[in-house]
Amino acid sequence: MSIKNMTKEKNWSGQKLVSTDYLLFEAPREKHFMTGSEVLKEAIKRCTVDASVSYPITPQSEAAHLIGELWAEGYVGLYFRGENEFGVMSEVQGCAMAGARTVTTTSGPGTLRAMENFPTWSGTRIPCQLILMARGINSPLTIQPDNLEVSFLLETGCMIWYAENVQELFDMSIAAFTVAEKPDVHVPIITAVDGFFVSHTREAVMLPADDIALEPYDPYAAPLPPIDSEMPPGRFLRDPFVMKSNYISYATHASWQWEVRSAVERSKPYARHYLNGLVHTTGEENAELVFVACGTAVHQAKEGQRELAKLGIKSKVVKLRTIRPFPHAELLEATKNAKYIFVPEFNVVGWLDKEVRTSLYGKSDAKIVGRPRVAGGMSMPAEAILKEVFENTNLKGA
Amino acid sequence: MANLGPAHYSPYPVAFYDDLLTPPEGKALLLTEIVDEEVAMREIARVMLTSENATIFPGPQVLYAWNEEAKKKATLIKEMSEVLNAKMIPMYDYRPKYPKIDAEVEINPNHPNLTIWHNEIKACIFVGVHCHYANVALKMIRSETDCYTAAICGLSGHEDAMATIRDQHTKEMARFIEIAKEVKKELGK
Repeated sequence: MSIKNMTKEKNWSGQKLVSTDYLLFEAPREKHFMTGSEVLKEAIKRCTVDASVSYPITPQSEAAHLIGELWAEGYVGLYFRGENEFGVMSEVQGCAMAGARTVTTTSGPGTLRAMENFPTWSGTRIPCQLILMARGINSPLTIQPDNLEVSFLLETGCMIWYAENVQELFDMSIAAFTVAEKPDVHVPIITAVDGFFVSHTREAVMLPADDIALEPYDPYAAPLPPIDSEMPPGRFLRDPFVMKSNYISYATHASWQWEVRSAVERSKPYARHYLNGLVHTTGEENAELVFVACGTAVHQAKEGQRELAKLGIKSKVVKLRTIRPFPHAELLEATKNAKYIFVPEFNVVGWLDKEVRTSLYGKSDAKIVGRPRVAGGMSMPAEAILKEVFENTNLKGA
Repeated sequence: MANLGPAHYSPYPVAFYDDLLTPPEGKALLLTEIVDEEVAMREIARVMLTSENATIFPGPQVLYAWNEEAKKKATLIKEMSEVLNAKMIPMYDYRPKYPKIDAEVEINPNHPNLTIWHNEIKACIFVGVHCHYANVALKMIRSETDCYTAAICGLSGHEDAMATIRDQHTKEMARFIEIAKEVKKELGK
């Protein structure tokens, strides 16, 4: 296997090259029963991935290990292990700056150890993908669903998408490469799922055949030239302009940061197409009671919505598929009739609650309740959601 | 609001503040309006032909003979400058220039305002500049100068320019030159 085996029709592993639209929307699919980690392997298998770097800590999801198997099977061009998570994310950056379609996976502790790299990724405009199987932050150690680490990633300049289940994980992680690699976007993307619930448990998933794959990444259709140590960002390492103390260099740094944020905003039209909308709603369209959530909290909110319907109470669930860019317009439209907005979350800090409040401030009269919040591996039963509804609204069941 | 500068103290991102994004395929962006490509081409030509010290800023993608298209584009840009009565000041690389840029002979994305101030440029075209550096420069120019910016882009365009046309290759650039000739004739320039 070699990149030299690539033709216009087939990639190095012999898979037929197809468009993202065909892969996501048109190719026939068959039903499978897989864990999130296994599904991620199937997605990466169909993405003509040039390079993957990992640091397989314990306990962890199997995802990085399974991508390693793809290398052994000839589907991923390069695979190696970093010395630690900081090393991994630095090496991901190196691969991507050299023009490789690059992917890695991690979770809470590794995310924080590698933290400095994420804003550096976005500052260098690399379109790599991090699959974040969120599991919380030490200590105490957990591999259960807790997405506290996402709050640390919100302002790194990376796009953040959030999948509810294994099907969305499959489709999102394919679309993620395509959107991240658009020349006017071209920033890293973090595709998040709730660990354990999605990474470790099996669900039905519809997959296209594995003899087709995405067109390769074209590093020349990029907003920066491929790596060149004589110019920024390569030259950052030798001659960072922020260290030059004059107003012009400060303005450059400010403009650079705004450009990264602008690039994330430019992803919206593409994400609307490939994700079929930045938000997805379930339930009664005109309901005054609205749940806004992401990840598996959406699934639990839907359970709550069904239980409330049995009591004659109309409600709606608004699933946010993208967190960065934040879908301000879509959220405002989806909550325009709301009197009560509940934000159920799998973390103790309520980072999504803060996002929702900030987005709707001055635009909505709804009472916003950031509950229930569960963490550290606790489940979120529908009863807990209903209890919050009855305690914080004047809604009464039939 | 996205408009002609000097607009703000800090570099101004219209995508973030004004929800203005790159135009869809086949279209162009004129300040806040999505328009047909020809409308934008005519407006860019009009502004360049009627502004003081109009200047084209060619970037590395058209200054060096990377490939056949780059060579053809370079020839077309020279013709474009003649049709538009415009000067050319190159952005030949992206390195910050210290201790001081020679603003008379070059422009740099890290301090583009120096070249525009020094040469009193009231309208300019970015062409052949990698998108990231063009965008970094365009935000600063909108913030700090009263220069009308246009971006002729081979990829997706630049919402931080006041006028942008996208997917511009040799065929499209030749069309722009023909439209500029018509506008020049109409203006009697």
